[in-house]
Amino acid sequence: MSPIVSVSHLSKKFPGLTAVDDLSFTVMPGDVYGFLGQNGAGKSTTMRMLLTLIRSSGGSIHIFDKELAANRHDILRRVGAVIEKPDLYKYLTAWQNLAIFARMSGIRPAKTLLMNQLQLVGLADRAHDKVKNFSQGMKQRLGIAVALVHDPSLIILDEPTNGLDPQGIAEMRQLILRLSNEMGKTVIVSSHLLGEIELMANRMLIINKGRKVVEGHVAELLDPARTIVQVDTPDTAAALRVIGDSAWAARLKSSTPLIRIEMHRNEIPALAGILVNAGISLQGLVPKHSLEEYFLSLTTIPGQHVATFAD
Amino acid sequence: MWQLLQIELFKISRRPRTYIAFAVITALCLVFQFAFKMDGESYLKLMLQNVDLDFDLDKKKVINGYFMCYIILNTLLVQVPILVALIAGDSISGEANMGTLRLLLTKPFSRTQLILAKFIAAVIFTTMLLLWMAVSALVLSMLIFGVDDMMIFRVKGDASQILLIQQDDVVWRYVAAFGFATVALTVIAALALLLSVFAENSIGPIVASVCIVIVCTVISNINVPIIDKNIKPWLFTSDLVGWKGFFYIKVDEEGVPIRGSLENWPAIRNSLFKLLANIGVLLGTAIWVFRKKDVLS
Repeated sequence: MSPIVSVSHLSKKFPGLTAVDDLSFTVMPGDVYGFLGQNGAGKSTTMRMLLTLIRSSGGSIHIFDKELAANRHDILRRVGAVIEKPDLYKYLTAWQNLAIFARMSGIRPAKTLLMNQLQLVGLADRAHDKVKNFSQGMKQRLGIAVALVHDPSLIILDEPTNGLDPQGIAEMRQLILRLSNEMGKTVIVSSHLLGEIELMANRMLIINKGRKVVEGHVAELLDPARTIVQVDTPDTAAALRVIGDSAWAARLKSSTPLIRIEMHRNEIPALAGILVNAGISLQGLVPKHSLEEYFLSLTTIPGQHVATFAD
Repeated sequence: MWQLLQIELFKISRRPRTYIAFAVITALCLVFQFAFKMDGESYLKLMLQNVDLDFDLDKKKVINGYFMCYIILNTLLVQVPILVALIAGDSISGEANMGTLRLLLTKPFSRTQLILAKFIAAVIFTTMLLLWMAVSALVLSMLIFGVDDMMIFRVKGDASQILLIQQDDVVWRYVAAFGFATVALTVIAALALLLSVFAENSIGPIVASVCIVIVCTVISNINVPIIDKNIKPWLFTSDLVGWKGFFYIKVDEEGVPIRGSLENWPAIRNSLFKLLANIGVLLGTAIWVFRKKDVLS
């Protein structure tokens, strides 16, 4: 099976800044491909290059087995996208926006098609309301409808959960999973939150300062058998003795200043049990994946606390 | 392309600001017509104070529909570029500002097609504006004031002149003048479109277009030989008022106007070519810049 998207040695240089540097990755048919990186890592620049909004400084992009620059029209006919905020014409209605972008995508929009799209994103009852009266979540959903109206095979979503409330984020996540699981679309979705990507994507790429850090299957990269558990206790010496006598002794990663052990996520209750039974005052066991640890280190500004990712 | 143009026209028609221009023109025409209906003779007295007439002038006949339209055009065509800039200056920058530009450019058509669709839409808007002006300034004036021979007051060199055009020789001149004005205003549309490509909000290109027109118009009106010779020929604003040439009728040796004639057709033709060249350069530059532009908005 050939990849839907194949990016090779892609780079983009702005005056005084290399935004994307020698980036290569592939997206396979049916993937929900997570594109993860901190703000300014080069995610949006890469996505804009995939959509020909930005010209690359080097490298190549092939989509649907065709070179992008030479086959722009053919390729874009089969691509839907929402880049950052889904800004639409505020003085037009949802219906009018959808109809305009459908025609721009080369299709004659039938009423049933437009209504189906609006139903898919839960906006059928607001079809004839002007977009200026929509909430951010509604605009985001309408943006998705616009991206889908011409039935594209590949959907590119740049930070689709930005600005949404928790319910909106959950709905967006469900919609993306439906696109992949029920409609067979290939989705590239970017985020600066590992937890988001973990819940949506089957494959992912982490990018930092324009360069690829790691690419692979989410299940492998975030393997629960390789969870790092941080033991939070004032009795460090006693806890180390108990752990040293246990089966996890060989998997101790560090003992000072914090005790950190690599284990399967399912083993955490057992660890808690032996520590408590040994009379150790336990303040917490904090599970983190090594990849999450690494990603946190990228996104943490020294001296500033950063919230942990959702489990 | 046709699809894109239809969409552009639909968007323009749905924006309230589009109708501001039509409302402004209607209001100004009505103000002129009301003022001249009430006290047009005072205006004539003021105009004729430096003209030695060797015949009696029927002031009521002079203030007719054709004369009124000329007076209105003379004043309004200087202001209309602002209204054209309001729409054309918003073409690309407005999309960038709204955030819709990045969505537009992910659709399967080229940037050249988008610019051309925007430009043609701006030209259609300009034409509609001038047609509306023709209705408000010419047709309405003809209904209010009636029609008669058209009298033009003109300063040529140090002398004041009165030109008389017979009423059955006027209409084609207005058709030609409105056609010329459409080309002239299309230069403004192309200029505003070019500036729009560089900006990410609408105010900048609109204000910049208007400023350029004002500065060039002021320079065009400085009557100093060195500017006349070296600068004015390069300014498009020198040619914007070329429409007036269609009303400068040729006179024979006895000073009698020759029906259907133009005093200086080559000058009008040259102005027209210069305006068209300006449009070509401005539009070509806009396409060239836009094709190379990274869309970061």
